[in-house]
Amino acid sequence: MTDPGSVGSGPALEKYAAGEVAGLATVDDSAERQRKPRSLWGDAWLQLRRKPLFYISTVIIVVVVLMAVFPSLFTSRPADFNDLNHQSESPSGDAWFGYSFQGYDIWARAMHGTRASLLVGLLATILTVVIGSVMGIIAGFYGRLTDTFISRFGDIFAGLPFVLGAIVILTTLNPPGSSPGEARIVFQVVASIAVLSWPVSMRIMRSATIVAKQLDYVKAARALGASTRRIIFRHMLPNTVAPVLVYATIALGAFIAVEATLAYLGIGIRPPVVSWGVMINDAKDYVQTSPHELLFPAGLVTITVLAFVMLGDAIRDALDPKSR
Amino acid sequence: MGRYVLRRLLQFVPVFLGTTFLVYVLVWTVPGDPFAGMCGDRACPDEFVTAMRTKFGLDQSVFVQYFQYLGRFLSGDFGQTYDNLSIGEQIGTAYPTTLRLAITAVAIQIVIGGVAGVLTGLRGRGYLDNLVLVGTLCLISLPVFVTGSILQLVLGVDLGIIDPTVSADASWGELIVPGFVVGSVSMAYVTRLTRASISENRRADFVRTAIAKGQPRRRVVGVHLLRNSAIPVITFLGTDLGSLMGGAIVTEGVFNINGIGGLIFRNVAEKEGYMVTTIVTLLVLVYLIMSLIVDLLYAVLDPRIRYD
Repeated sequence: MTDPGSVGSGPALEKYAAGEVAGLATVDDSAERQRKPRSLWGDAWLQLRRKPLFYISTVIIVVVVLMAVFPSLFTSRPADFNDLNHQSESPSGDAWFGYSFQGYDIWARAMHGTRASLLVGLLATILTVVIGSVMGIIAGFYGRLTDTFISRFGDIFAGLPFVLGAIVILTTLNPPGSSPGEARIVFQVVASIAVLSWPVSMRIMRSATIVAKQLDYVKAARALGASTRRIIFRHMLPNTVAPVLVYATIALGAFIAVEATLAYLGIGIRPPVVSWGVMINDAKDYVQTSPHELLFPAGLVTITVLAFVMLGDAIRDALDPKSR
Repeated sequence: MGRYVLRRLLQFVPVFLGTTFLVYVLVWTVPGDPFAGMCGDRACPDEFVTAMRTKFGLDQSVFVQYFQYLGRFLSGDFGQTYDNLSIGEQIGTAYPTTLRLAITAVAIQIVIGGVAGVLTGLRGRGYLDNLVLVGTLCLISLPVFVTGSILQLVLGVDLGIIDPTVSADASWGELIVPGFVVGSVSMAYVTRLTRASISENRRADFVRTAIAKGQPRRRVVGVHLLRNSAIPVITFLGTDLGSLMGGAIVTEGVFNINGIGGLIFRNVAEKEGYMVTTIVTLLVLVYLIMSLIVDLLYAVLDPRIRYD
């Protein structure tokens, strides 16, 4: 039988194969100018530097990271700066994003909220990619029963709708009325995102590993008596990491949006932690009377997500010679 | 074909059992007694709690409960909530709305996303292509609740074109804007997928052959190009429809739609374990069947694929 997966060709697999071709193709045209042929990554870097989208997204990401690490660079007010005299006031020179219904300065609060939002996105991405990659390598490398077991195990989590799964997990861990500690709720949100999304990176890594396993240099390494660990880490991983990296960049943006969505539903991060999602949740009841309360933090989320999606897109294009 | 379907159905069994068991255990390990708050302000008498626990089988181990539950589910008995409401009836009233919303969303994805993808794919690089590309990136980055809130605010409250909330019977017309909101992110994906697929196949040998045979452009694009480019798009749309049928919790909340999403959200909070497990079990079934249908559609679209 013909497996539809191989004809429809997983994007990751295709990208991987394309990447290999890129590595070979560069030998020809660059041999005259430089002695050492460019590697896949060197070539991708050269491509990236030509893309305006890459620069735009990098600048945005650098600014957002600065906001997360040094919020005091952007505002002199603390996160809980509160003046009820200015309740729900529109944006002004005094408070650039206006005041919230509770009298918070939205600009100051948003600057301090960056850290939690970015942290959740980053930790969730790392956890997802680590779990997914390890599972994917094991499944792809050992094949047979191990592969079947891990793939079906992944299907169990993939079959669960994301928001629904997160609601069930987070409500189970924090029944309504409970007030979990700061570190605990952040960890729970990160863990539930990772538990529900690892199958995606597992599948990407698995198909990349299956392709890499068949390649001559891996067979050569094995014939020379390299250990399994050496083959996986020294020979296969550097060549299978590209598609996962692209996924991770886009996922980082997506998880920041997930954090905001979970907080919007009231099951994610909650005060006293300040994140963009928490601000959005505070604002959602007043969206008709003072929309700026919701739109500014939501706008920050959107711009940050956009930056990561654009960066992932640019890296993918750079790694894929077909798109040139 | 028949053997392939049978094998796929057999593969569903462990996935189905795994997902439902996972959810069952999660839901029933919720700390707190669901019956404690049922007697108004005073605490419930112990006899009542014990009687209710026996009635709903909560005094048994979670494994026994799960298989008893599964047996009843498979024989079509969805049971009752703790308030003696029929679970089947509640799902029955909520489901048509969710289904209409899902179909509206997918229709919008096909029409807008498909057309934009085909146009940009055929034209190639240029102003329109860049515009659509940046548009899709922005759409992908907008969280659903933001799109929903903005459209509700602008179209509903400020301009008064639509009702800010959808009425109880949720007609097709009312669901157009919510459907757009639910489908907006996927619409952007559909556009990009179609564009990539079309621009890749545009240079394929079979297209050149068709042109060389002297076929009119309409036939080349409509029959040869579109049909062969449809596979990745159909795959995506199928799985998307499958997950949309699980309800759109956020959008249903924004527009106050009485669908499956809202039903789940309320019942998780109220610790109505049977209701939650029943809905999730149904949704997983729907999702698995949709993915099977998508796989079978491959063979229809691409005669090179044979299931034997």
